[in-house]
Amino acid sequence: MSTLATPSPTQPERVSLERRVPSAGGLNVTFIKIEIRRLLRNRRTVIFTLLMPALFFLIFGLPNKDQHLPNGQSYGSYILISLAVYGAMTAATSAGGMVAVERALGWSRQLRLTPLQPAAYIAVKALSALSLALLSVATEFVIGFAFGVRMDWQIWLIAGLVAWLGSLTFAALGLFMGYLVPSQNVMQLLGPILAVLAMLGGLFVPISVMGTTFGEIAKFVPTYGLGQLARSPLTGDFDWSWVVNVAIWLAVFTVGATLAFRRDTKRV
Amino acid sequence: MTHPTTQTVEAPATTLAVDARDLHKSFGAVAAVNGVSLAIKPGEIVAFLGPNGAGKTTTIDMLLGLSVPSHGTVSIYGHTPRGAIARGQVSAVMQSGGLLKDLTVRETLELTATLFADTRPVDEVLERAGITEIASRMVEKCSGGQQQRLRFALALLSDPGLLILDEPTTGMDVEGRRDFWAAIRADAARGRTVVFATHYLEEADAYADRIILLRRGKIVADGSAAEIKNLAAGRTVTARLNAPDQPAIAGLPGVDSVSVQGGKVSVHTKDSDVVARYLLTQTDAVDLEITSNNLEDAFVALTGDDAQTPSLAEGN
Repeated sequence: MSTLATPSPTQPERVSLERRVPSAGGLNVTFIKIEIRRLLRNRRTVIFTLLMPALFFLIFGLPNKDQHLPNGQSYGSYILISLAVYGAMTAATSAGGMVAVERALGWSRQLRLTPLQPAAYIAVKALSALSLALLSVATEFVIGFAFGVRMDWQIWLIAGLVAWLGSLTFAALGLFMGYLVPSQNVMQLLGPILAVLAMLGGLFVPISVMGTTFGEIAKFVPTYGLGQLARSPLTGDFDWSWVVNVAIWLAVFTVGATLAFRRDTKRV
Repeated sequence: MTHPTTQTVEAPATTLAVDARDLHKSFGAVAAVNGVSLAIKPGEIVAFLGPNGAGKTTTIDMLLGLSVPSHGTVSIYGHTPRGAIARGQVSAVMQSGGLLKDLTVRETLELTATLFADTRPVDEVLERAGITEIASRMVEKCSGGQQQRLRFALALLSDPGLLILDEPTTGMDVEGRRDFWAAIRADAARGRTVVFATHYLEEADAYADRIILLRRGKIVADGSAAEIKNLAAGRTVTARLNAPDQPAIAGLPGVDSVSVQGGKVSVHTKDSDVVARYLLTQTDAVDLEITSNNLEDAFVALTGDDAQTPSLAEGN
C-alpha cells in the first residue's frame, strides 16, 4: 500500500475560511444514480422486485390469457396489471427499507457530518424508490407484451402510471419500517408481509373469488385500493372508496415514517 | 451615527476554530460532560486525552452537533456546528462504522463529494489517503486499516478548517500511523486545526501542540506535553533514613512535597540533584532512588480515581 502523501502542489496554500452552502440541501443526480446502482447490486432486491413478479406472470397469468373478464378483456391482462402493482410496491418498499441498513452501518450518522439536509435525504430515498418501481413495472409489462398480452395503449399507460406512482405509499412504508426496525435485514421481515398484503388485497387472487368475509377484509388492506385503481382502465369500473383507501394508507405510512424519522434524528 | 470621533482601528480578532463555553451534557443522572470550555485557535493540533468515560466522545459529539448540550454553547469558526458542517468547514473521522459496504471506495468519495458546495478532487484525496490503488474495491472487501484511510479521505474532501478525529489511527500499523501524522502535520501548516481524541499517550505526546486532559467530564489539565508532564512535577527521590528533618527537606529549592512513611522518605521535586546531594551528604540516608515522571505518570496522577481535583487545571 502506498503511503499517505503530503499536500499536492494543486492544493491551495491555505485552508479557506470562505465557504458556500450547497443548493437544494445536497440533493443531486449523482446521489440518486449511485442509490439506484446500490439497489441493483443487491441480488435479493433484483430477484424479489424484478424477476419474481415476472415469473409469477408466466406461471399464473399466461395460462389465463385466453380467459375473459365480463367486459370481454383478457384475464391475463388483469393478472399482469395486478403483478405490476405487486412488483412496484415491493421495489418501493425495498428502497425505503434501505434506511435500516444505513442506520445499522452508521452511514446515517456519517451523512450528518455532510451538508445533506434530512429532507433532501428523504427525497433521494423517494426518488430512488420510484426509479426501482418504474423499472419493475416496465419489466413486468415488457414480459407481458412479449408473451402476447395486448391492450389499448391508454390502458397500458394509465395502469402503468397508477402502479408506478401508487408505489410511493409503499416507499413510505419502507421508510417507516426502516426507521422503526433496528435490523439490517428489514426486507426479510417485510417481504412476507408484502406477500400477505398482496394476497389479502386481491393482487394474487381476484376479490370476486375470495368469498364474503375475505372480500370485506380486502377493502381495508393497503394494496386493495391501488390494485382496483390500476386495473380500473381495464375493467372499466371505478369507485371513490378505492381512492380513499389509497389516501388513508399513504397518510398513515407517511405520518409513521415522519415520526420515526424525527425520533431517530433526535437520538443520534 | 455621524459625530466625528477618532476611530480606533483594532486588529480584527481572529475567529477561534473552536469556541465552546461551559458545556454540560447529562444522560439521566450521569453528567458525562460537566463544565468544559474550549478555546482552540486556527492551526493548533490539540489532543483530548483521558480514560474511558472521561467525556471525550461526548464532547466531540457536541462540537459536531451530533448531540445537543444540556447547557452551554459551541461555535465553530463563528458558526453553529450545523452551520459549519453545511459549509464544509468541519469534518470528522469516527472510530468505526459510517461506511456503506455495497459501494466502492471511489463511489463512496464521489457520492460524499456531491453533497458539498466545493470539494477537492476525488483523485487528490484518494492519493493523499494512500488508497488510489484500491479505489475500485468494494468497501466490504477493504481491511480495517483501509477503511480507516477511506474515512480519512472522506474527511479531507471538503478541505475543512477543522478536522476532528476520534481515535484516528486505530487499526493502522506503525508505518501507517507515522504516515498519517505526517499528512496531518503538513495540513496544520496550511492552517488546518486538528482536534483528536486518543488513548495512545505517545501519540498525544509526539503530535499534539496542546493536550487537554479530561477526567469525569471536566478538564483537569490543559497545556503542552511538557507542561502537563511538569504538572505531575519532575521527579521523585526516595531514601531510607532515620529521623528525617522534614522541614529542612521541604525547604530545599524545588521541593514540592515531602512524605515520610516508616523509615522511608519520599520527596517530590523539580530538582532531584539538590535533594539527592542533601540526603547523601547531610544525612545518613541509604538506598536512595530517583525516578522521573513521564506523561503516563502525569496522566495517572491527574486522571486516576484518587486524584484530587487539582488546582493544576488553572495552571494553563
